[in-house]
Amino acid sequence: MGPASSFPDSPLGGGSSGANLADILERVLDKGIVIAGDIRINLLDIELLTIKLRLIVASVDKAKEMGIDWWEHDPALSSGARHKELAEENAELKRRLAALESGDAHEALDTARRREPRHE
Amino acid sequence: MSDLRYVYAVCSPLGAPLGADLAGVGGAAPRTVHHAGLTAMVSDVPADQFSESALRRHLENLDWLAETARAHDTVIAALAKVTSPVPLRLATVFRDDSGVRAMLETEADRLRASLTRIHERVEWGVKVYVEEEQAEPTAAPRGGSGAADHGGRSRLSGSSLATGSGRDYLRRRRAERAGRDEVWRRAETFAQRLHDQLSLHADETRLHAPQSPELTRAAGRNVLNAAYLVHRSASDAFAEQVDARKDEQPGLRVELTGPWAAYSFSRQPEERSDTTQPSAGDTP
Repeated sequence: MGPASSFPDSPLGGGSSGANLADILERVLDKGIVIAGDIRINLLDIELLTIKLRLIVASVDKAKEMGIDWWEHDPALSSGARHKELAEENAELKRRLAALESGDAHEALDTARRREPRHE
Repeated sequence: MSDLRYVYAVCSPLGAPLGADLAGVGGAAPRTVHHAGLTAMVSDVPADQFSESALRRHLENLDWLAETARAHDTVIAALAKVTSPVPLRLATVFRDDSGVRAMLETEADRLRASLTRIHERVEWGVKVYVEEEQAEPTAAPRGGSGAADHGGRSRLSGSSLATGSGRDYLRRRRAERAGRDEVWRRAETFAQRLHDQLSLHADETRLHAPQSPELTRAAGRNVLNAAYLVHRSASDAFAEQVDARKDEQPGLRVELTGPWAAYSFSRQPEERSDTTQPSAGDTP
């Protein structure tokens, strides 16, 4: 780990495993209390959504196959009516992630902008 | 004055200041803003990076996001050593100190309720992975590449060399698949039991969706990704519970992270769309 990204004196390294970026992103993007600041920014409006979903997308198929599906009870992730939509979103996001990871961020973002907002 | 205020967390007034060498988002040292009996941990950040349009642009940049996320967490982690803060979501930004004070005033009830609930508590993360080699087929010699495989084959046993027919290959693949299914079943049972057991030692629990191996670069497939809100005094016992069971199942890896600030428990239960109550928590 480089000096810029290390935790010199953090309790996060104290467990049996250090905090990886996924653990940190999962928490700072999704778990903290949401308070509207003066600078109005809705994280879900941003391509950042892909980051959040990156945490889960690739695992969902496998886990479902295994019958591990407790987040099915999670309305934010996939309840009833949203289920099919989520599958479509996942497919779309996987395509965009592939583009992002191949370094072609512009294509991924352009795809994102063409999409209509899904939420009221 | 063009700087903006980045707010990391809210806590009860601190008895002592944080370390002077602590660097927050953008490198600036965090400081406190007090109002309404609450303390906000803030940094001055440049407006050219944290205005709405700039933020929107930067958040698309994975490197910027990663660096900001780590800085955000570093400040909260330092704060969590001396108090039990309510972490704010990444990129909560105000124009000036009076904007921060106004927020403390309007959000006071909600913030106090959260502070009360997580008082003297920390969050532990527990993940269970199926080691990938347990789930993937063992290397089978592929037909048609005999010459290329020559060096590797010298390491194979005589019996492996003898099982070259198509029927044997299919039989082996079937056995591998059955073995895989068995591993997943075992993983699920173990994860459920571990979660039930740990829930008994936690005030609240949350089950997060499993993490993608592509992002985490962790070896193996994540099958349990849970967070537990645990009183500081019970933390050692909690960690010992995890430790005692971590080598119980061959092929499964248990990972403990923490103590974290109570990220997963900062919102009121009714605000959390993804709250999952532990089955064990329902019984007194």
